[in-house]
This record gives sequence, structure tokens and C-alpha cells, in this order.
Amino acid sequence: MTTAVITTRTDQGPLIDGATGKWEVIIGLEVHAQVLSKAKLFSGASAEFGAEPNAHVSFVDAAMPGMLPVINRYCVEQAVRTGLGLKAKINHSSIFDRKNYFYPDLPAGYQISQYKSPIVGEGEVIVDLPGGRAITVGIERLHLEQDAGKSLHDQHPELSYVDLNRAGVALMEIVSRPDLRSSEEAAAYLKKLRAIVRYLGTCDGNMEEGSMRADVNVSVRKPGAPLGTRCEIKNVNSMRFVAHAVDYEARRQIDVIEGGGKIAQETRLYDSKKGETRSMRSKEEAHDYRYFPDPDLLPLELDVDWIASIQKTLPELPDDKKARFMREYGLNAYDAGVLVAERESAAFFEEVAKGRDGKLAANWVVNELFGRLNKEGLSISESPVSATANGAIVSMIGDGTISGKIAKDVFEIAWTEGGDPKEIVEKRGLRQVTDTGTIEKAVDAVIAANPGKAEQAKAKPALVGWFVGQVMQATGGKANPQAVNEMLKAKLGIVG
Amino acid sequence: MSDLTGLTIVEARDGLRKKSFSARELADAHIKAIEKGRALNAFVTETPDLARKMALESDRRIASGEARPLEGLPLGIKDLFCTKGVLTTAGSHILDGFKPPYESTVTRNLWDAGAVMLGKLNMDEFAMGSSNETSYYGPVTNPWRRKGANTKLVPGGSSGGSAASVAARMVLGATGTDTGGSIRQPAAVTGIAGIKPTYGRCSRWGIVAFASSLDQAGPMARTVRDCAIMLKTMASHDPLDSTSVDMRVPDYELAMTGEVRGLRVGIPKEYRLDGMPGEIETLWQKGIAWLRDAGAEIVDVSLPHTKYALPAYYIVAPAEASSNLARYDGVRFGLRVPGKDITSMYENTRAAGFGREVQRRILIGTYVLSAGYYDAYYIKAQKLRSLIARDFDEAFEKVDVLLTPTAPGPAFGIGEKTDDPISMYLNDVFTVTVNLAGLPGLSVPAGLNDEGLPLGLQLIGKAFDEGTLFRVGEVIEKAAGPTSRPQAWWEV
Repeated sequence: MTTAVITTRTDQGPLIDGATGKWEVIIGLEVHAQVLSKAKLFSGASAEFGAEPNAHVSFVDAAMPGMLPVINRYCVEQAVRTGLGLKAKINHSSIFDRKNYFYPDLPAGYQISQYKSPIVGEGEVIVDLPGGRAITVGIERLHLEQDAGKSLHDQHPELSYVDLNRAGVALMEIVSRPDLRSSEEAAAYLKKLRAIVRYLGTCDGNMEEGSMRADVNVSVRKPGAPLGTRCEIKNVNSMRFVAHAVDYEARRQIDVIEGGGKIAQETRLYDSKKGETRSMRSKEEAHDYRYFPDPDLLPLELDVDWIASIQKTLPELPDDKKARFMREYGLNAYDAGVLVAERESAAFFEEVAKGRDGKLAANWVVNELFGRLNKEGLSISESPVSATANGAIVSMIGDGTISGKIAKDVFEIAWTEGGDPKEIVEKRGLRQVTDTGTIEKAVDAVIAANPGKAEQAKAKPALVGWFVGQVMQATGGKANPQAVNEMLKAKLGIVG
Repeated sequence: MSDLTGLTIVEARDGLRKKSFSARELADAHIKAIEKGRALNAFVTETPDLARKMALESDRRIASGEARPLEGLPLGIKDLFCTKGVLTTAGSHILDGFKPPYESTVTRNLWDAGAVMLGKLNMDEFAMGSSNETSYYGPVTNPWRRKGANTKLVPGGSSGGSAASVAARMVLGATGTDTGGSIRQPAAVTGIAGIKPTYGRCSRWGIVAFASSLDQAGPMARTVRDCAIMLKTMASHDPLDSTSVDMRVPDYELAMTGEVRGLRVGIPKEYRLDGMPGEIETLWQKGIAWLRDAGAEIVDVSLPHTKYALPAYYIVAPAEASSNLARYDGVRFGLRVPGKDITSMYENTRAAGFGREVQRRILIGTYVLSAGYYDAYYIKAQKLRSLIARDFDEAFEKVDVLLTPTAPGPAFGIGEKTDDPISMYLNDVFTVTVNLAGLPGLSVPAGLNDEGLPLGLQLIGKAFDEGTLFRVGEVIEKAAGPTSRPQAWWEV
């Protein structure tokens, strides 16, 4: 609702082609993030998702006569924590206002929100983009407000039903500046914001259940021109849809302008089935919300020491964690970025890497573990192979007990059959052969069997690879490839 | 047994303790008085069965030595307080059939202290009015009549049913609410006492909201001391009302020493209005003389922003009301008038459910909050409100209490002012300032005018200094002479 209009970006974003030349798309997001809290913002009712309709409705939520809101201290704490996580200014005094409009799923006829004095002021989010580029997106504000209930229009031929379970649930509206310049940036920003609130434990970021949704403001301009008229696309509930809605809307606006038309400031709806945006209401039809301070609530005064005590409990956030991973484990930016995207993944990685080679652990987790999890559509917490087990595999690779190839086999067995990787290696005799005698025997046998190739290898050292393969095959893959390689080179008389 | 309905709360409390009569007898006497007084239309709902049941429990407790502070005292409740399982209408058609599944904090406090509920009292619709003529349940008639005349007079408002039932001896005391004078003005024109406590002293939880930043519950009774006793129980800190104040409730009776020597009483010159009836000026002078004679020091003070109070009030109160009354939409409770779609259902319901005065204030309130008008009206009114509060702060540096008339005139005839909202609004000219500043105000019965109609004097105190108001109020009450009683012309 409270749209930011001043951009802090000075660089030019990627441009799109139109019939009359290049266009720049300007995007700002208003993200509604449901506060992770057991109870609603102003009533003691449960904020749990998925209950029977109207199972979590107090007299306050139903706006019964004479009922009064009482602020939930924990929700305030969560908003402050989020603000601190966004490196934003925490306002020591903020005010709850009433936003007045009639709708059956808004029982009081007004939503309690924050209008002129939000709890959190300006902050910023650093967004990593592919290719190692990063942008800083300005946060204009964060405020607390109530969610509305839900109207059910498909339950009866003539009537609508109302479910008030969500009515009064605490939301944080996080308003970005119009600092995003492409659908890719918009989706990446949303992803980063989601990671931050999940790290903080202030929102579960579950977009399917509606815990996070975005209003997307889009306008287009010729590079260097003033900001164009924006349209607000309401309630987009996935990163993919955000990206798609931006692309669709930018193209639509360019087509309108290039066709000689003008963009009307309006609220639009994103239809994910048809993949298009449609007009909901124009500026003229916009509600007059008649905001005024809610006289049932005192100004929200925050104690400086209390804010400081919340600051002390903040977890390490993605940016800091990424920097530390690069520093402590020697990881590259990409691997570190992938690992910190989810707090659970980062924690998992650290358990795997504990006392081991960090790079090796990162390589293993990012490529083997994540690869397999993605394939199966599982989250890190659902991994059948524990961090301890993965760590054991990494240890065995590190000390040469098994080769990387065997490690994959061991992982596969642990994944499908379970079991301790060390035992798997021992019981199945997968231990890498490092015994020089055994390797030498195999090497000699292969050279003896292929005298012609051995001769050629002297002139063409690359052929050594073929010999390695033969020896590995002969040893059932258990020979240490490094040792085999060195011995072959020596025996074939290859220098270097 | 003498007339039990003629007792004050103090007398009834003593009589019950001494077992001179039972709570059941006391309740029955009042139930009978209510039946005989139906012509006054003071009640929307009578609850005699509930009253008898509560009285029996009181008798049991008195017998077993477990009597609570208000044990067995029968009271009436303004129909703005939600009472569990008992119809609560706020004087409005739109709350048809509404029986709250909860009890307001103030009434809960009363019942927990042993008080007995006689029923729900008529009032101006949503407490919007100064004559009890805006009620969907019809006007209440003042028990007082002009000497030698049969003209039906209004009991004031919005707590008109409360005032009339107390004055007519149908209840020992009643709850009222006061947003701009709705306790004090009806108390004054029916010859009883009533106090609007400091904002935040009584919980607003469970009271149908009119203007949240101004609404405050308070007692109405036949003596100042009876009000003090009731308020002691009604007031509390309530975690369910964020604006209720976490402060100990004093025993107000202890403050009532009868002593005002050395007390500085301020007389605000701005309360002397052009065209004010002579009898009001005379009354005021009498009050000043009584207090001076009792040893108080009279000090002239100025409250320069007083003239802005009424306009500021008629912006702030309707603004809040327009939002507070949005919940009456026909969706969840009360009246629903069907329509072809949701918007027409809203329109039909609210057009049928709200009376003209409520509609007028919703329109005013919606207007002053609208884009483009908010700064010019609402913000300006809030600034005036701060200035008015500052006037009082400055005055209270010089004086302990202020003395003013309560209302600009005595009770007027039913229908006399209904076509003229401005003249109706002027009834609150001396009382709204107190709500805007959040201060306590007590109306004390101060005798009858030449026509035999009661008039009241108002004492305004510092925040949370209700004790001083009761102390000074009782001195005025005594000086004014014994409480007169209206002729029971209404009894059938």
C-alpha cells in the first residue's frame, strides 16, 4: 500500500528492446511476510495455518461489539528482529492506524496497520546475481499490520462464506525502494529477503501457504528518463510468478506506450494460469482508506535496551556467513552462496566440514548431496544420509581410504539402504588399494598385455590415462588412482 | 418495613449488613418499582429472574459472613455494556437480538462484588445524543416535571435511562458512560450525582464503542458517596484494554472528609456564556458561595481554548465513531437486511439499522477523515485538543479543582430540540472539554430552579484525583440541602 517512489540505484539496469528503442524496467516490491508467532497480532487466538474454517477466531478477531485489541509483544519483537536483520533503523516510537474499508472478511471494517509512523525505517538488502554481480536494494520501511480473513465464493450457489482464521494474523509489510531493474533481480531480491527472514526465524517464507506474498510495482522508461507511471500487481505468491509478472507487465507497458497510449496508474491482478496481468481497479476507483491513529492502542514505545537485547540474539545472517565460509573454509563465492542460501544447508555443511577439508566438504555437499536432493525433490532436513554420514564419506575421500568414484557408490548405498559409510566400505571391501605391491602387479600385468600401446605412450604421454583406466578396471576401482598414475608414468618412462 | 427503594446505597448496604431486610426483599422492591415505572421507558430489558437469583446468592453470602463490597445492591446497567447472555442493544435497531457471549469488565467487577442486576437501561442510540430521544426503543421520560405542568421532559442523554431510573427510585444506582457529557448532563437534569472518571480509570472492554479516545464508564447514583462506592468497584486496571491505566484504585470514601478549608477552587471565566439562563449563573454563584463559606479559596482562572472544545469534539467523536461503527455490517450479528449483492446488503442493513443521528455522525466522521479534509479537520481538532488539555494543566497549577455548571439549562421538553442538532449539541458545552482532556468530572445535584427542576454543578479535577471531586462534591451536596425527590406521577 505504501509505495516507495525514490530509487537509490544509480547504475543502469539491463535494457529490453522495444520497437522504438531500448527500455529500462523499474521494479519495487511490497512483500507481506507473515510473522512467525503462535498467536495473532492483537488477539490471543492461534495463528496456526490449516485449521477448520473459523476454528481460530476470538471475539476480537470477529470484531464483536466492545472488543479491544491488545498488542502481541512477541510479534513486535519479531518485527524488530527483522528490522535489525535488514540493517534498518528501528523507530523507538511508532503508531498503529486504522485503514478503513468494507469487506466481509474484514470484520471490524478497518485493518489495523501502520501508516505514517512504521516500526522500522530505512534499511538495505544485498542481492547476489549470477555472474558474481551484487546489487544493494534499499528498504524504505517495514510495518506491522493485520491480515484479513478469507472469502469463500465456491461453497454455495448464491452466498459467500467467510473464514476468519487468518483475520488478525500478524504481517510485516516490507517495502523496497524501486531499485530493481529486471525480473531476475526481482526474483533474486525476493529470494534473498526470504532467506533473511528464515534465518531470523521471523517468517517461515512458505509462499505456497501464503506466508509470503508480494505486491509488485512495475514501470518502464527510456534510459535516463524520469520514472514512468507505475502499475501495482497484487498478491503474487511465488518467485517464478514475480519474474513472470514483471516480464509480462513490462512488455505490456512498452507496447502500450509505443502504440501511442498512456499507462494508467492502477492496481492489477496476476493470473498465473493465463500468465497475464489484468486491471483490477484504477486510481479513480481506489479506496479512500481514511487512515487515522487507532484510538484503542497507545503509541508503540520501544525501550532502547530491549532493542539491544534483541540485537544480541540475532543469528549470523547469509551475507556474514558467506564471507566467513569463504574466509574460513577457502570456498569460492559460488559455493559459499549456494551453501548459505538456507540456514539449514549452511548448518549441515558446517557439520560435514567440521575437522575436515572445507573445500572438499563443500564440493561434496554442493555437487553430490544437493544434486541428489534436488533430483528427489527433498529438502536438506529430509536427507536420508545424515551430516555425520556425509562427513564420514568426506573423511574417507580426504585420507585416501576411498576414491571419489567409490565415494559416490558408498553414498548411493547409504542413501538407499542406510548404514554407516565406514562399515559399508569395510564390509564390502571398498577400501582403496594403496599397497604398492598389489598395484605394481596390476600395472605390470596391463603393460605386459599391451606392449604396443606402452611403446606409443612414451611418445604420447596422454595415453597414460588409458592405462589408468585398465588398471582401475583390473582392481575393481579400488586402486588409488594417484598411485596408479605415478607408477604407470615411471614404468612407461614418461617424465613429468 | 419502610420504602426500600428510597434508600441510598450507603443505607441499603448498612441495612443488609444489619439484616434489617434481605437482598431478596430489596431486589423485589425495586423489581416492583420498575414494573410500576414502565411509563418512563427507562428500561430496554428487565431481568427480574436474574435479579432474584443474584439476590438469593447475596443473602446466602450475607448469612455465611462472606458478603462482598456491593453485596445485594440492585443496580441498572446502561445498555451499552455487554452483559453475557442478556440482550445488549446500545439503543440501536442494528443490534437486534444481540446477546453477547461475554461480560464487560465493568459489569463483571460489579457482579463479582455482589451487586444485583435489575436490567438494561435505555439510552441514546450508540450513546449519541443529549436527550435520550435517539433511542430505537423510544425516548425516556424524566421523572421530574415543571411545577404545575404535565409536559414530558427529557432526562438528558445519552445515559437517560440510567438517570431516570436512579431519580425515579427504580434502581439504587446505575452505570453510565460519558463521551461528551453523557453521565453528567443527565445526572444534572434529573437531580442525581454522576461522575465521569479520568480516561483509563475504568476499562472500556465490553462496552460498545462510540468514540474510543473519549468514552469512559462511570457511576450514577442519588448521592456523591454512593457514586464513590460504585466507582471503587467499577474501576480497575484491565490488561484487555490498552488504554486502561495500571494504578491502584483508592478507597474514595476515605477521601470524603467533609473538609475543604484551604482548597483552591478555580472558576473558569470562559464558562460564562452569552445568553446563558440567569438561573444557571445564580446556581453557579450559589456553589461558589457554599464552597467559600466552607473555607475554600476561590480563584478566577482562564481556560482560553474553551470555545473550540465543542467544534473539536464534533470532529473527533464522529471520526472515531464512523470507524467504530463499521463493524455493524449485517455479516456476523444483529440486524441483516438482504440485498442483491454485498454492497446493497451493507447499504440496506445500515440504512435500516442506524437512526438519523447516528447516520449524521457517521457521515460527518467519514467526511472529516477523507483524503483532502483530514488535515483541515481531524488534525486541526487534535491540535485543539492538545491546547484544551494544556489550558487545564496550567489552571491546575493554580487550583485544586474547578467549579462550573454542568449543563446550560434544565431539562427541556421531549421533541423541543430534535429538529435542531446544533442547539442539541450545545447541551454538552460545559462537559466536552473534560472528555477532550481526559480529566474526571463530577456532576452534583445542587437544588431546583424556580420551575422545580433540578440543576447540577460540575467539579473538574486533576487526572486520577477523583477523591478530591467526591470530597468537594459532598460538601456542595450537603450545602444544597437534602436531595429532593420527584413526585411519582408515573406510577400505575
